[in-house]
Amino acid sequence: MNSIGLIVNGKRHELAVPPDTPLLWVLRDTLGLTGTKYGCGMGLCGACTVHLDGQAVRSCQTSIGSVAKRQVTTIEGLSANRSHPIQRAWIAEQVPQCGYCQSGQIMQAAALVARTPHPTREQIDEAMSGNICRCATYQRIRRAIQRAAEAKA
Amino acid sequence: MNVTVTRREAMKSGAALVLGFYLPVRSAPASEHGELNAWIRITPDNQITFLTEVPEMGQGTRTANVMMLAEELDADWSTIRVEQAPNIPEIYKHLGTGGSGGTSSTWLPMRKAGAQAREMLLMAAAQQWQVRVDECRAEAGSIIHIPSGRRARFGDLVEIASKLTPVNPDQVRLKDPRDFRYVGKPMARVDAPGKVDGSAIFGLDVRVPGMLFAVIARCPHFGGKLAGYNDRAARAVPGVRSVFAVERLDRPSSANKTVGGVAVVAESTWAAIQGRKALEATWERGPEGYESSDTLRKQFEAQSIAPPNFIAVDRGNAVSALAGARKKVQAIYELPFQAHATMEPMNTTVQVRENGVEVWSPTQIGEETQKWIAKLSGFPLNRVIVHITFSGGSFGRRGQWDYIAEAWQVAKEMKEPVQLVWTREDDMLHDFYRPYFLHRISGLLDDQEQIVAWSHRILSTSVHEYFNWDFKAPDPKFVAGLELGCADMVPYPAQNVRLEYTPVHSAVPRAWWRSVETACNAFATESFIDELAHEARHDPYEFRMTLLKEDRRIQSPSDQSYFHETRKFRTVLQLAAEKAGWGKPLSKGRGRGIACYVFGHTYVAQVAEVSVSDDGGWRVNRVVAAVDCGLAVNPDGVRAQIEGGINYAFTTVLSGEITIKDGAAEQRNFDGYRVLRMKDAPDIGVFIVPSMEEPASGVGEGGVPPLAPAVANAIFAATGKRVRRLPILTIS
Repeated sequence: MNSIGLIVNGKRHELAVPPDTPLLWVLRDTLGLTGTKYGCGMGLCGACTVHLDGQAVRSCQTSIGSVAKRQVTTIEGLSANRSHPIQRAWIAEQVPQCGYCQSGQIMQAAALVARTPHPTREQIDEAMSGNICRCATYQRIRRAIQRAAEAKA
Repeated sequence: MNVTVTRREAMKSGAALVLGFYLPVRSAPASEHGELNAWIRITPDNQITFLTEVPEMGQGTRTANVMMLAEELDADWSTIRVEQAPNIPEIYKHLGTGGSGGTSSTWLPMRKAGAQAREMLLMAAAQQWQVRVDECRAEAGSIIHIPSGRRARFGDLVEIASKLTPVNPDQVRLKDPRDFRYVGKPMARVDAPGKVDGSAIFGLDVRVPGMLFAVIARCPHFGGKLAGYNDRAARAVPGVRSVFAVERLDRPSSANKTVGGVAVVAESTWAAIQGRKALEATWERGPEGYESSDTLRKQFEAQSIAPPNFIAVDRGNAVSALAGARKKVQAIYELPFQAHATMEPMNTTVQVRENGVEVWSPTQIGEETQKWIAKLSGFPLNRVIVHITFSGGSFGRRGQWDYIAEAWQVAKEMKEPVQLVWTREDDMLHDFYRPYFLHRISGLLDDQEQIVAWSHRILSTSVHEYFNWDFKAPDPKFVAGLELGCADMVPYPAQNVRLEYTPVHSAVPRAWWRSVETACNAFATESFIDELAHEARHDPYEFRMTLLKEDRRIQSPSDQSYFHETRKFRTVLQLAAEKAGWGKPLSKGRGRGIACYVFGHTYVAQVAEVSVSDDGGWRVNRVVAAVDCGLAVNPDGVRAQIEGGINYAFTTVLSGEITIKDGAAEQRNFDGYRVLRMKDAPDIGVFIVPSMEEPASGVGEGGVPPLAPAVANAIFAATGKRVRRLPILTIS
């Protein structure tokens, strides 16, 4: 099997995995980066969200073959010491309950404020409605995104 | 992950104060005492470590425990950290949670442990300075000698303290609640940082050297059996190591049935999933495999007019009071099956060795897990080690051990540790759903708006009947057990009251779901009282307050020690109405609805405000909740749990429904089972009734029951249309 080159959180990897393997499972099982979560395998829940060249994508719907030589950022690589404004806001608003969906929520939110620095409530709802939270921390997620947006202002 | 820490090693180096104690975390009172399962360790560097394995599934008990500890110890909050307790098999007694009991059952033991540690530090300081203990005081992580002002940090005193005889924790003085510094204040969750940087370990994240991953192919119909399988193509998938049948387990406990099937074990999760896709398996379909929502509904309808199976309440003569009464109000309410749909699907990692078993699981029931693995494996209890990881939501589902037993079945065929993974489809197909409910209620008012008669028939796919714990012909009262969910304690006085129950037989697996059956009954009784209010042409809030105006205790018919108080219902109703601006005018198409219910000893009232458009579309704009849970240890935690409960209930009102066809759930993933997403999530305001009463029950579930009736009542207020079936979808 040919090996596929991948850059994850700034580090290069050469991996011998079938090219149709979803990026999600390469991250979790091959590279041991378990911060990105499995929730549905169909791109319906957002738990597997990572950044591909800065854009939010669902890693369960992204094959490893399609991300060769591109920059993948996972929750582990989002910042040093939880210093991303979104992460800071998440702690300030005490968002997480069980926490399982939160990696995906944070990655989605980080991508949102990177392209829309001051999102309206409607823009937040639209961007974030692909990410399910069963503990339903939605209200706090909204507030945290607004807080992070204000902090950057 | 540390796997072979001994007790001595866990206690670390000599110069540390280590106190072990017993932390009961089930809501039922513990009959045993003295088995250490939690530790406080204070080291010379002034670090305080609280070692625990209390399950944390989002409900915030871990944080509440740390608050109680910090309070009595008079510690500096920033010097406390929480660690997983050492994996000593004896400690797994009573490591479970459920019934919203986590905070209330640990209230006294945590405080006593903290106070005990404080006392010993005071004694150590007194000894070191040769002064009297009662001249010393603990404050913010230090001991101070009041007359002289001498101070020492806790860390400086641990060497002496560790050599003292531990004081009796039952004899230490606890703080007066008026002096609380931490308890009662909103505190930051101790587990939040790991949950924002991806470092928190859930069950699915467990990684043990040499581990393999497995999925199980199961019969897609209830009650089916494996007929045969061909694994040639499955074994050819790269990474697949082994394929074998696993048998169905419904003994020794039928409460946690597994369905059996064919296991595919591989080097990675993806390879296991692909291997299962390539597996050819055939199944024998039994009679249960043909059940459908249609066949079930027909049974419900037939049983709803047949004689009842059990009469729970019969005061006066409701039947004759209602017979022939012209102005009676009648209604039928219906609630379908619901899935748990935790974000983290079921999973467990097991390694079976020659001399014991090690388990890593996001379980809610550590003690039972250990017990059943011991039973299944034949190993004694002290050879079964259970690590409880964080849990990606539970809502009652991880109170079953079926998926854990399956993981053991697979691991025992392999030398390596094996993680059994359930895909989302597995999880949705093999859930233990919230039962299906149908209610018939009739009521009659007199000219003074008093309730002359209230007659309620509940029908459901009984959880106790499904479990059949006793394996004998189930006693009708036992079968009705869980299903009555406070419907036998309706707080509104009525002269003639009758409550009947009939189980409807079904093969659909079911068990406890957040707030159990109280949510299903609250929808009926709190909608019906609203219908009576309308009949009386009385504002629904005022109507309730009038009926509840006398201070009364409502006694449970089946438990002498359990009662509700009308005073507490009035308090939460009043607070919710006030904060929601009840009575203020609303524009056309908008309406407010109110409902109140109790879970355990936690009273919750909610006001929902909805807007309905001409095309039948509707949304809930806001929900205001008032909560009386006794002393709120962590008010922010209380708010978070009530918000969560409201939104969890909202899925069942908006769009969530499990329908059955060909002996299986029709919904397989989040496309079929549509859960609440941010765009439909209402604004929620939670108001806590100030109370110094000891926390007697938690808030993990209390937010759920009032939501559905509050929304249905609001829709009626906005449109004049009664919604009696969930989910609501659109208003026709």
